[in-house]
Order: sequence, then structure tokens, then C-alpha cells
Amino acid sequence: MRAVSVEEAVAKIPAGASIMVGGFMGVGTPQRLLDEIVRQQKSRLSLISNDAAVPGKGVGKLFDATLVARLTASHIGLNPKAQQQMLANQIAVDLIPQGTFVERIRAGGCGLGGVLTPTGVGTSVAEGKRQIEVNGTTFLLETALRAQFALVHAFLADYLGNLTYALTARNFNPVMAMAADTVIVTAEHIVPVGVIAPDHVMTPAPLVDYLITNG
Amino acid sequence: MDGQTIIARRVARELHTGDLVNLGIGIPTLVANHVPPELKVFFQSENGLIGTGPMPEQGMAHPLLTDAGGRPISALPGACTFDSAMSFGLIRGGHVDVTVLGGLQVDAHGHLANWMIPGKMVPGMGGAMDLVSGAKRVIVAMQHAAKGKSKIVAKCTLPLTSTRPVSLVVTDMAVIAFPEGKATLLETAPGVSIAEVVAVTGAELAIPETVPEMKI
Repeated sequence: MRAVSVEEAVAKIPAGASIMVGGFMGVGTPQRLLDEIVRQQKSRLSLISNDAAVPGKGVGKLFDATLVARLTASHIGLNPKAQQQMLANQIAVDLIPQGTFVERIRAGGCGLGGVLTPTGVGTSVAEGKRQIEVNGTTFLLETALRAQFALVHAFLADYLGNLTYALTARNFNPVMAMAADTVIVTAEHIVPVGVIAPDHVMTPAPLVDYLITNG
Repeated sequence: MDGQTIIARRVARELHTGDLVNLGIGIPTLVANHVPPELKVFFQSENGLIGTGPMPEQGMAHPLLTDAGGRPISALPGACTFDSAMSFGLIRGGHVDVTVLGGLQVDAHGHLANWMIPGKMVPGMGGAMDLVSGAKRVIVAMQHAAKGKSKIVAKCTLPLTSTRPVSLVVTDMAVIAFPEGKATLLETAPGVSIAEVVAVTGAELAIPETVPEMKI
């Protein structure tokens, strides 16, 4: 893990990159990284995020700045700008069930080719997907999802990069921290090694590539 | 009593002490207000919490503690938090005893459509498909009709949320279940006759010999 400034970290993300961003309706989202992506105008992004948040908040800022070319999400109903851009075919949107979304990312981070889920069988979600019967139950084969970059927001990060999350801000963060080539983390507090007890570490330090320094 | 309150109070009677319950947005959210305090129910918020409590008092909200719509909530003593893989493992894995969801249409076989109106409203399904696929009991809480049109239909014209039938539909007029895949009138709302329910229902309803009035 290297501690870097937010400017330096975002400079590593090329235009057109695939990024997965933690957070649920903007809660538990690395806001400073998103602000810097907007400032550096990283365009044509392929965004993997549970939702589109709302305009002016979290990943919603990426839609405000029209930096997204492709979106994989489970729900965008609370961001009218994302909806408009989708209906105007300015962004390609893949809407998938939330449990499938997180499980595809988990598979991507755990070395699996995909998962078998009953969710979506017999609905429009099943179109074009393989169905596999196991012990009399039909499942959809949902393939693993990874990205070049995971942008993660933690509550505590220690000097080594061990992370914990707080309350409902954990959501997709620890799962995404497993599923990208490069993991960039912002934290509410950076603390000495040992402050996070071994039993309380939720993301182990070796997964973290860059920790954004505070201040 | 208004229709939404009738629905919320009737649904609350379906919950039992110890149940893990997930409430959808809209009318389902109101159910929590009608659960008697002696009933110890665990409410899950799918963004990663079991033990959701009411909206915190002014000035006491925490920015990292919200419901699935991003609104501040509180956590009750004994609450626990987890990541989204765990949250949907609980949902899909059959660990949620009851989910209460809103509906756009429910058909004669109990199929639910509640996530999109093609060309009009394409918000994404969020957690709805997982909840209907995986929760032990699925209760739909919705108005019986919208703009004069029955939301209980012979066959859903909107895209299905799941091919798994729901367990129960509670409306402002009736309680309907689907034994043997057939819509069956179980109860009527106070002051509503069986004939009135049948008249505004767009699907054929089986009518048992006795159809009691909802206890709310």
C-alpha cells in the first residue's frame, strides 16, 4: 500500500477506465475521489455502482459532469439525470438485481467464473443467459464482474491499509475491494497500526493499493 | 381510517415475534408504525442493517446510518450491520421470514409486477427480484385499484418481478391469497362487501363459503 494524494491517485485512472465505486445512495462513497475525477474530467467511464445516487451527491456527480459512458447498477430511479442520459442513449445501462450485482462482484473478487442464482428466472433479466438446473431447481448463470479500479470508502484505515467500515456505509465496499486490479481507498480516519483489532479488520491491508492521505 | 392505514394495520398482523422482516418503500414502510411494541420483530434494511429504528430526533442523525432510500434512520439495541453480500445472502437464502412489497400488478396466479413500466418508468429492480425469489413469505401491500383500474389482473401486462407467486395480497378492500395457484378472497375490508370487491377486481376470484371482515 502507498499513501498518496487524491490528485496523484486519480491521475492513475485513464479516461475510458472501468471503475467500481462503493456506496449506497451516496452513503459510504469515496466523495473526494469522485470530486477529483470530475476536476480531472476523466470521461467515457464504465461505472459499476449499485445506484446512481442523486444529482450532486456521490456517483451522481459523474452524471452531472456527463463522464459516464456505461453503467452497471441495480437502481437509478432517484437520479433523473442518469435516467435522462439512459433514455437519450448517451449511456449504455445494464440494470441487474441488487443481489445478483453484489454476488457477481463477489465472484469476480474470489476467483469464480460466476454464480448460479434463482433471482430473475422467467423474467426479462434471464434473456440471453444460460439456465442451469441443479437438483430440480432452475438457476441463471450470472458471470463474474471485475473492474480496473475499485474506489472504496472506509471508516478507519490504519497505516498499513487495514480497513473497517461504519454502520450502513459498509455496503458494497469490502466486496469491491476484492474485485479490481487497483484498489484506491479514502477513509474518514487514518489511525496507527493496532487501533483496529485483528478481529475487527474487514478488508485486509494487502488488498489496498493506494490510501488517500487526509488534509 | 384511510386505505393506506387499513393496509398497514392488516399487514402488521401477519408478523410474529422473532421474524426477520424486510419492508419495501411506499405503503410497506408504514407497516412498522403499526407493529405493537410487545411484538419483537427484526426489521432489515437491505443496505446492511438488522434492527432499524425510527427516524432519529432532530440533530441526532448520523450520515453513515441510513435506510435504502438514503434517509437517516436509527438502530435499535441489538442491531447489527453487514455488507451487501451478507444482506442479499440473508434475502436470497431464505433467512428473511417476511417481505412486504408494493405492487403495480398482481395476477390471478399471484405473479407480481412491481419494478418497471416500459417507456415510462425504468428505475431498475433494486432488491425487489431477490426479495420475491428468496423471502419465506412475500406480502404485497397496495391499493386495490389505481385511477379506476384494478391492480389485480388476469395476467400481468407489466414485466414480472418473479415467476414465484406471492403469498398474500393486502389492499384497502381485501386480503387475497393464491392456494393452488388461484386468486382467492380471504377477507374484506371493514364496510366493503364481497360484491364490491368482485366488481373492482380484474381477475376471477374464488370466493370461499365464509369471507370474514379484516381484523384491524
